[in-house]
Amino acid sequence: MTPMIAVENLSKTFVLHLQGGARLPVFDHVSFEVGAGECLALVGPSGAGKSTLLRSLYGNYRPDGGSLSVRHDGAMVNLMTAEPRTVLALRRRSIGHVSQFLRVIPRVPTLDVVAEPAIALGEEPEAARRRAAAMLERLNIAPDLHALAPATFSGGEQQRVNVARGFLVDYPVLLLDEPTASLDNANRDIVVDLILEARGRGAAIVGIFHDEAVRARIADRNFDLTAFRAAA
Amino acid sequence: MSAPLLQVEALNQRFGRIEACRDIDFVMHPGEVIGIVGESGSGKTTLLKCLAGRQVPTSGRVLYDMRVKGPTDLYALSEPERRLLMRTDLGYVTQNPRDALRMGISAGGNVGERLMVNGARHYGAIRDTASDWLERVELDPGRIDDRPATYSGGMQQRLQIAKTLVVNPRLVFMDEPTGGLDVSVQARLLDLLRGLVRELGLSAVIVTHDLAVARLLADRLMVMRRGEVVEQGLTDQVLDDPHHPYTQLLVSSVLQP
Ligand SMILES: Nc1ncnc2c1ncn2[C@@H]1O[C@H](COP(=O)(O)OP(=O)(O)OP(=O)(O)O)[C@@H](O)[C@H]1O
Ligand SMILES: [Mg+2]
Repeated sequence: MTPMIAVENLSKTFVLHLQGGARLPVFDHVSFEVGAGECLALVGPSGAGKSTLLRSLYGNYRPDGGSLSVRHDGAMVNLMTAEPRTVLALRRRSIGHVSQFLRVIPRVPTLDVVAEPAIALGEEPEAARRRAAAMLERLNIAPDLHALAPATFSGGEQQRVNVARGFLVDYPVLLLDEPTASLDNANRDIVVDLILEARGRGAAIVGIFHDEAVRARIADRNFDLTAFRAAA
Repeated sequence: MSAPLLQVEALNQRFGRIEACRDIDFVMHPGEVIGIVGESGSGKTTLLKCLAGRQVPTSGRVLYDMRVKGPTDLYALSEPERRLLMRTDLGYVTQNPRDALRMGISAGGNVGERLMVNGARHYGAIRDTASDWLERVELDPGRIDDRPATYSGGMQQRLQIAKTLVVNPRLVFMDEPTGGLDVSVQARLLDLLRGLVRELGLSAVIVTHDLAVARLLADRLMVMRRGEVVEQGLTDQVLDDPHHPYTQLLVSSVLQP
């Protein structure tokens, strides 16, 4: 198996300087690999560090030890030592990320929020917007909503906008943080189908799925973070 | 891979006993937007002026990748060479548009003047370009002959941006471009800047104390405190997982950066 994601001895401790320098060890010595067409589910109780690990894989959080590499243009790139513009290039072309909550850009219409990653990759804006509209409709976001900024949308609607944005480009690596939480069954099944399609075309996926039934359908392996909690 | 656009090496700026900038080192590549954040008095504007060729640093070098000569220290250039470079390659947007606009001549004149300084001579073409730029910054081209004194603060800031960008600078410096404006005016100006940065693929260094502005505009952040860069990295890294005590203080002091 050629790995798409390789994590080695990764550790992360938050230091809260405003609270007397309190140290909050999250995980230590985490190692795993994920190959193309494979889906790894991160499991563990709330606060175990699942989102922290996923954000680290996106280059958003900065772990303090070990290494963390993602395949980009054919080579493994260590996100912990890569230059900022390299991390941005990885995010543009190689890593898709559906965060736990949509971070809305003020006043930007939903259609543009979803189409933006494709346009940034050089797709013709009108074509990207047409595909974005189709993706939103597949996720049951009615066309009247496409021109509105998602700030006022319901939690479930925002989440589907987030999913649409993350799936418009066929990224080789996908990071999914609770993509089906707060969705009704019908919409949950649509998202599960999208994830299975991505896995089928060879995407390497790391995800957090609270819903066990969802996890059973999508994940090839579970990675339990409980065992990696570092001592304070 | 292209050469860095700007390389800053061991830059120091002292004013008497005050060290306004201390040992600043960084490299900037074409197409990057760098935000400089920090409390007032932390040296942000001083650093920006040093980078822009407007303030001779006490020591250190600011290497700019000139079109012909390649990387050259701005302060090793002769005064006329540096002035030429500042007119053609380097744009500068000040917090107060009145410092940069000529209030006695028309809005179109303010924009057109920049083109003429760079050699444009054909009056009709200059006026057309000026009018285009007024539209791009969402000013009514019908008011091209009005003086900036008759514009609101937000409109004056838009005019300053048009005047700066009309000559296609390769690197733009902005000092609190949305500062001093009403919140709603600020928001629209921010939308405009965000659009321009993307559309033109601008390389820019933006000083702001507003972390939300930094989040929207900058790829990378440098956090300054008492003349030093205490932390730097991708904007979302610095804001979501700040490491330095001062950055943690800045981030925790706002509602949702
Ligand atoms: N930016 C941050 N700064 C400081 N501490 C943080 C930060 N992000 C997360 N933490 C802490 O790290 C620990 C792990 O949090 P994380 O969000 O990764 O958990 P999780 O496993 O995703 O939980 P859940 O299932 O509730 O989403 C928690 O104690 C949390 O408070
Ligand atoms: Mg979580």
